[in-house]
Amino acid sequence: MNEGIIFDVKRYAINDGPGIRTTVFFKGCPLNCWWCHNPEGINSKIEKFNKKDTVGYNLNVKDIINEILKDHIFYNESGGGVTFSGGEPLLQINFLHSILIECKKNNLNTAIDTCGYSTIDNIDKIYDKVDLFLFDLKFINEKEHLKYTGKSNKIIIKNLIYLSNKGKKVQIRIPLIPNITDTSENLLSIKQFIDKLRYIDEICLLPYNKYAEVKIAKFKLNSKIKKLSTQTDKKLNQIKKIFDSKKYKVKVGG
Amino acid sequence: MNERIKKLKEQSSNSQAVLSIERAKLITEFYKKTKEIKLSKPVERALAFKYILENKKICINEFELIVGERGSFPKDTPTYPEICIHSIQDLKKINDREKINFKVNKEAMKLQNELIIPFWKENSIREIIFEKMDANWKNAYDAGVFTEFMEQRAPGHTVLDNKIYKKGLLDFRKEILKNIEKINNINDSEAQYKKEELNAMIIAIDAIINFAKKHSKKATQLAQQEKNLIRKNELEQISRICDKVPAKPPETFWEALQYYWFIHLGVIIELNTWDSFNPGRLDQHLYPFYIKDIKKGILTKDKAKELLQTFWIKFNNQPAPPKVGVTAKESNTYTDFCLVNLGGLNKLGENTVNELTYLILDVIEEMRLLQPSSMIQVSEKTPDLLLRRALKIIKTGFGQPSIFNSESIIKELVRQGKSIKDARNGGASGCVESGAFGKESYILTGYFNLVKILELTLNNGIDPFIGKRIGLATGKPDDFLSYNDLFNAYKKQLKYFIDIKIKGNRIIEQLWSKNLPAPFMSIFIDDCIKNAKDYNSGGARYNTTYIQGVGLGTITDSLTSIKYNIFDKKIITMNELIKAIKNNYKGYEKIENDLIYNTPKYGNDEDYPDEILKQIFQIFFKLIDGRDNTKGGKYRINLLPTTSHIYFGSKVGATPDGRKSKNPLSEGISPVQGADIKGPTAVIKSASKIDQIKTGGTLLNQKFTPQIFDKEENIDKIIALIRSYFRLNGHHIQFNVVTANTLKKAQKDPVKYKDLIVRVAGYSDYFINLTLELQNEIIKRTEQIIS
Repeated sequence: MNEGIIFDVKRYAINDGPGIRTTVFFKGCPLNCWWCHNPEGINSKIEKFNKKDTVGYNLNVKDIINEILKDHIFYNESGGGVTFSGGEPLLQINFLHSILIECKKNNLNTAIDTCGYSTIDNIDKIYDKVDLFLFDLKFINEKEHLKYTGKSNKIIIKNLIYLSNKGKKVQIRIPLIPNITDTSENLLSIKQFIDKLRYIDEICLLPYNKYAEVKIAKFKLNSKIKKLSTQTDKKLNQIKKIFDSKKYKVKVGG
Repeated sequence: MNERIKKLKEQSSNSQAVLSIERAKLITEFYKKTKEIKLSKPVERALAFKYILENKKICINEFELIVGERGSFPKDTPTYPEICIHSIQDLKKINDREKINFKVNKEAMKLQNELIIPFWKENSIREIIFEKMDANWKNAYDAGVFTEFMEQRAPGHTVLDNKIYKKGLLDFRKEILKNIEKINNINDSEAQYKKEELNAMIIAIDAIINFAKKHSKKATQLAQQEKNLIRKNELEQISRICDKVPAKPPETFWEALQYYWFIHLGVIIELNTWDSFNPGRLDQHLYPFYIKDIKKGILTKDKAKELLQTFWIKFNNQPAPPKVGVTAKESNTYTDFCLVNLGGLNKLGENTVNELTYLILDVIEEMRLLQPSSMIQVSEKTPDLLLRRALKIIKTGFGQPSIFNSESIIKELVRQGKSIKDARNGGASGCVESGAFGKESYILTGYFNLVKILELTLNNGIDPFIGKRIGLATGKPDDFLSYNDLFNAYKKQLKYFIDIKIKGNRIIEQLWSKNLPAPFMSIFIDDCIKNAKDYNSGGARYNTTYIQGVGLGTITDSLTSIKYNIFDKKIITMNELIKAIKNNYKGYEKIENDLIYNTPKYGNDEDYPDEILKQIFQIFFKLIDGRDNTKGGKYRINLLPTTSHIYFGSKVGATPDGRKSKNPLSEGISPVQGADIKGPTAVIKSASKIDQIKTGGTLLNQKFTPQIFDKEENIDKIIALIRSYFRLNGHHIQFNVVTANTLKKAQKDPVKYKDLIVRVAGYSDYFINLTLELQNEIIKRTEQIIS
């Protein structure tokens, strides 16, 4: 597929994988997390929120590649590349696949930031064109997952095991939402699960930031979360300790 | 920082700048006494220099290790009535103004009134210059088309190479005497002039050696009275050193620093040269002394650091001389633009970073003084470690050291015709200006307002501020049927005003050459001795004259706006635009909004505006580069503003990019404040679309929030950002690491933020010392927030 719906292309992205990257945000996500960082990107259609803000636009592969290649020199210098995020990039699998083919023709390092809610077929389709999976993991408990994201985590967990068995570079990203995902109970269960995985490169603990709240206000969205505050350094250190392991690296932040 | 340095720093930071009348009084006395004697200009100037040094007060401050002040005490700042006579009103203003003031005492007022003004009236070079300029020049100057650097400060931009560390002044003296003997009295038509110039150099050498010896004597006296044995010993050392240097070559680290300092003082006492004076590649020059002394066991790392710190204090004790008029507006700061260079390549093209480079960075970080300013030269061969160390200092929000591209500097200098060896031994001085250190006179002659030219073009050559024709009649806006028509008219106006500037420069260059040679400074710049010719007359190996373009972002966005909105998309008509501009967008808010938010802007890596940027750069370059100056050298361009983007902005009405009347222009080659919305890589890509190698320096500032610098891996990404810019031939980049919020708080509560330093243009300054307009301009700059 030659065209898809994107809602932002961000250059000098420094929290979405190694080096200096350009992050392309795909519109549409199968999950609906309460705290979503990019709530305007959940719906897979182009949306007009108000007179000034229309979110999402059609873009073809050629234009996306041109935009990505603008910062080629920065990727070379920093060991960076391009990250596909969203929304959920795997939701527009054919479009994503076409872009990835072009990226590899240009020798670009590629990363996919995914919620993991997709099919094995989709993963297989793009697998050899992706250098790094940034795999979001929120809960091990299925009920909790269903409550806060709207979907069961069965497929997600299955996909994560699948990827880790293949030996591809996987970075697990855990959004720390105060009193929702950052409870010691949840984190311990995640830790137990991860320790059983075959190959994991790195764990990223993502402290809560107010970015979502700003967007919720801007786009006048319904919000299920109340005003939350970022974890203190002390708390983050405690969380980091939970994950200490010889098997993988652990870091705070993207 | 030890107790000594703490005290010295406190003394330097807390002293109020004071206007010193001593030099003005002495030079007036000298000229009165010698009125009847017929002297050649160089000899007259050398004797005047000698008279000042013989009679000025000798100052050795408590605790210090490097000695000598330009005034009678720290921050006691002289005037130069032979260059600029301050009127009594000027002095009152300088005393009373809220920012960048100098206290003027009653005695100074009295002497100025009774002795200095009557004697120099109509004879200062400032008055002569303004008198010689024609009506066209004056009109353009008054309208804010350009400024004039040499109207109250002497040609400067002198940076020293390593010659003083190898030879004592007595060696220079011998060389000069030999050259006098070599002059061919019969066949050389300039024989007489040459002899006078060289004799003047001899007089100046003797004068500075005696000046140093007076410090030696004073130190001996102080040592005799000193009860503290440690200090007594230090004073005895100081006495020994000042007796030895600069007459003889330095042999130790301490002697090398003291030697340089006497030369520095000589230069800034002789004339008020622009960009004070500069030791240049300090880590390279001092390294042999450092290693030798450490091996010998007469120096430790700590002692070297302490000596460097007292050396740093000496620079901070010398504010830029009090400026008046337009010059005060374009360069509104105490900083005198001495820029210490660290790192870079040597004459063989090898990396020079050494242990001392890092020690000097420690000094810069601890001292956190405005002067001397500092920079690192980064070449492809420079280890990342140096950048990492420098960024640790930059992240404290200090704006120092700034970061330069060695390869670019070298390419620029070689393009201008310098040898590869001289280019590699060069660097940047002042704000960002490339130069062949120790071998070049590179004179900045004035800022040039690229945006005012558009205003004049859109008004058919009439300045709307005064309703008077000052430019060419190049057609009414209605007459421009295409963007090219407009651009051609712009080009004609630009050429017209550049020609006026260059015509004025020719007269001014020769006035300086004839009236105010600088025999002392000339000793140190090759090949003034060999050519027996003064620095101000083309004696240097390379003689370059610069005109500095200002407002590149604003002019690009303005022309882009016209092309896009009027001719390409036909969103508005020329008439509507002209009306909106005339009304400062009042009642035209819809248009204003479109111009600001729905028009392509420079700084976003978009070809539409960036092609126009290239077009403007190219015509500015072509109209100036390669033209002859009066000293056997050529004209070149560079792109930097100091604070002139504020002054020039105040002289330009609303512009087609949506900028309101009298608001600041863009700064350096940075995009218009707030127009760059695609992040730092886009800014860098846009800025590197101009062929920076064709300049003698460009200035790019970026504002980053401190959080970006928090993580070690983000530092790697900033290093990669810098390296990428340099691969694209970027000349210079610097970061303001501060949030707009902090700056706003500082505006409200200046006392609490009195130590807050920000990067202004090619230099840093205390935020609270900036004018309100400049403060607001910095707040408005795009804040690169990385989420």
